[in-house]
Amino acid sequence: MRVGVFICHCGNNIAGTVDVARVAEETRKLPGVVYATDYVYTCSEPGQNEIKKAITEQGLNRVVVAACSPRMHEVTFRRTVEKAGLNRYFFEMANIREHCSWIGEDKEENTAKAIEAVRMAVAKVILDKPLHSSSFPVKKRVLVIGAGVAGMQAALDCADGGLETVIVEKSPSVGGMMARLDKTFPTIDCSICILGPKMVDVAQHELITLHAYSEIEDIKGYVGNYTVNIRKKATYVDWTKCTGCGECMEKCPGKNAYDYFNYGVAPTKAMNIPFPQAIPKKAKIDRQYCRQFTKGKCGVCAKVCPTKAIDYEMEDRIVTEEVGAIVVASGYGLLDIEKLPEYGAGRYPDVITGIQYERLLNASGPTQGHIQRPSDGVEPKTVVFVSCAGSRDKSIGVPYCSNFCCMYTAKQAILTKDHIPDSRSYVFYMDVRAPGKGYDEFTRRAQEEYGVRYIRGRVSRIYPKGKKMVVKGADTLLGAQVEVEADLVVLAIAAIAAPGAAALAEKLHISYDTNGFYVESHPKLRPVETNTAGVFLAGAAQGPKDIPASVGQGSAAAAKVLSLLSKDMIESEPVISTVNVSACVGCMKCVKTCPFQAIEETTVRGKKVASVIETVCAGCGVCTSTCPCGAIQLSHFTDNQLLAEVNTLCRM
Amino acid sequence: MKEYTYYQGCSLEGTAAAYDSSIRLVMKSLGVALTEPPDWSCCGSTPAHAVDRLLAGALAARNLAIVERMGSRTLLTPCPSCLSAFKKAQHAMASDKTFKEEVNGLLDSPYDCTVTAKSALQVLYEDIGTGEIARPVTTALPGLRVAPYYGCILNRPPKIAAFDDPENPVSMDRILAAVGVDVADFAFKLECCGAAFGVPKKEMVLKLTAKVLSMALDAGANCIAVACPLCQQNLDLRQSQVNKALGQSFAIPVLYFSQIMALTYGYTPQEAGLTKNIVGPGALIAARRPVEQQPVEQARSASE
Repeated sequence: MRVGVFICHCGNNIAGTVDVARVAEETRKLPGVVYATDYVYTCSEPGQNEIKKAITEQGLNRVVVAACSPRMHEVTFRRTVEKAGLNRYFFEMANIREHCSWIGEDKEENTAKAIEAVRMAVAKVILDKPLHSSSFPVKKRVLVIGAGVAGMQAALDCADGGLETVIVEKSPSVGGMMARLDKTFPTIDCSICILGPKMVDVAQHELITLHAYSEIEDIKGYVGNYTVNIRKKATYVDWTKCTGCGECMEKCPGKNAYDYFNYGVAPTKAMNIPFPQAIPKKAKIDRQYCRQFTKGKCGVCAKVCPTKAIDYEMEDRIVTEEVGAIVVASGYGLLDIEKLPEYGAGRYPDVITGIQYERLLNASGPTQGHIQRPSDGVEPKTVVFVSCAGSRDKSIGVPYCSNFCCMYTAKQAILTKDHIPDSRSYVFYMDVRAPGKGYDEFTRRAQEEYGVRYIRGRVSRIYPKGKKMVVKGADTLLGAQVEVEADLVVLAIAAIAAPGAAALAEKLHISYDTNGFYVESHPKLRPVETNTAGVFLAGAAQGPKDIPASVGQGSAAAAKVLSLLSKDMIESEPVISTVNVSACVGCMKCVKTCPFQAIEETTVRGKKVASVIETVCAGCGVCTSTCPCGAIQLSHFTDNQLLAEVNTLCRM
Repeated sequence: MKEYTYYQGCSLEGTAAAYDSSIRLVMKSLGVALTEPPDWSCCGSTPAHAVDRLLAGALAARNLAIVERMGSRTLLTPCPSCLSAFKKAQHAMASDKTFKEEVNGLLDSPYDCTVTAKSALQVLYEDIGTGEIARPVTTALPGLRVAPYYGCILNRPPKIAAFDDPENPVSMDRILAAVGVDVADFAFKLECCGAAFGVPKKEMVLKLTAKVLSMALDAGANCIAVACPLCQQNLDLRQSQVNKALGQSFAIPVLYFSQIMALTYGYTPQEAGLTKNIVGPGALIAARRPVEQQPVEQARSASE
């Protein structure tokens, strides 16, 4: 056995708190180690060349690099040793950065710990076996979850690249949040005017299949070969017959249905088409408000429908799609106003949220674009905007900045002046965060050209006084308390993870952060990948972001999908579990614990045993710790290899 | 029969005697027995914690230790200032071992942090419940519209108080509604009454008090319900001072919520301690009548 060990300085990241020369020196004493050295940046090109040179010159047949986390560079170094002629699995990494130098300050202790980590890696690498990938075919189809602007962009780019694309959208129409906005910052483009054509493209693209008003039921499979069950929720209207004429909606007597599209600014009908530009433009019934369902009699829509599309007996339907990759663009949600009791918790009709104000501003909204306050329909003359309503507030579990509120608040203040020239707007802010292109100029314009009064300070309380709402807060620049009597208060309510985000993450086997947003594979270098191969992220599902960033990420995710599915075959990961048939007692505990349904029951020479489906196994190792007789082993992480690591650690 | 250890504190022996007597009446009607801890002493109140955290902790903990030795796990105290002193001491000692040792070093017998202090509101709202509270009601108070005023520390800071919403409390609203009283949506439930600043900065307190009073009127209330002796004092006793200093003419009775409950339970105004109020609630109280009559009354006024 000829093991070579390379200790990386990582500049000062490791060398600053670990005596790397001593680690190398101690390593040379280990049995099997014939070569050990330290190097300033092992991952750099000259660093990798050092490894290749040593393999050839020293005749190494195993390599250990002690550096950063394997999640950072394991792939890099495996490629390096492979180029020098070794099997890529004759390589181990000892993590002496994240697990050692970054977390400890004592150089002595860090050095001792680094030596231990290297000893363990050496003990394991000696037992490494050569492993070889096999390859399997991929399905050249992609699933996009969510049809907001990010999901639509990803879908269109994939379809334009020649991939069959399946979109699953929870609500009855594509368009997402952007379809609800009036204008967009900083150009004051009409939102639906620039989004509408994209929505039409999605509907008309011959490679795109759209499942609207549908949700993901379950997902099975692995990169290149996913089987997705989609629940098409009952609309009680046969969409193959519905022409979107709107006759049913007009005649529907169920008048007080909550309008999800307009965020409850005004009621809608139990039978409704969400908005005029909806795609698909089809009607659906909200059961809880429909007289046919609540009272058992009505039937008006069935009578008036010219195409006889109404079907009260309709049930949810499951359809199955086979895809090779998935883009998750499930968007974001908004903080419940009830979490803000100091601002009335939704008790006061004239304290509304930013998205509700968008609908009031919008020409196709419930007020035809006339700003009317909800309590009495009067045009407000004084409007107060609270630009951090819940954001950056640890006490309610939103410690982060919601990213786009400063900008849309400035936009709404500008539009208020445009709509009502004799109005006066105030913005309470913590900081004005406007780092995008043309953004800061835009917020200055709100203040300088449109005379919006910006007050730096937080609002402590909002309460009614006659027909006015009193906004009480601090002006921290003047060091004074201020009270503004407003006709209407608009809260830039915090953006939060979309409802159901966690449940979807579990179906996809991807992770989410403490705030419920999906976690990318690397915050800088792999921003649209997840840690599950074949699943990519786009838009605000990954964290609050504005339209340009969402579109950019949508395209980025599409590029990743296109490059993945440009190959006909994908190499499988050989680090998977295998069953030793002679040791297996057929208890099938592993079948129950496997989170990927990758183990099945089979019969070998009349004996009931477990069997691993190679392509489905994700190499998590849960089965190996469940097996009572050690019959199932994860290659590259066998019991013997792990025990060798533990033994060497205990023998010190 | 429920039983609580009852810490009355200094205010309820003096300026807030009506709070004490009405709480006792209400608890009697609800079948709750109150036991006074023997040899109780000052809770520390505002002066202690303003001067010395350790001594403040010891003053409160001495009383908590007495309750603990009685074998009681809950201490009922109507006064928010006492409540706050006990809850703070409990929280500090339970979460900081060193502090607990320091405090216990000052006490004759140590305190082991097993007692939870609760306000009268919390006991009524959480332990007894609005359903039970409604049971003894015999008397209606038509014409009374109450603004419930909680004051600043009854439910704050949220981590320590651990009761009701810190920004929009509702316990008093719901208790009063349960005994059949008309409750106004009052925006200044938590606005500052000026607290103890009446002594060093009277003008400021008068201004703050005036705000609370005028908001109660704006909310359509003709009476304010309180749960704190100091709030009661600032709003009731100082009302004539506010009128004089700011040229106002407020005449809003300020009652302890327990006084209102006692009236609905059929106790006389004298029994409920209303003679102790400065701004007389006479006119509102004169209209009270047995609850059975109310539906008849309603039917008559509807037919007219």
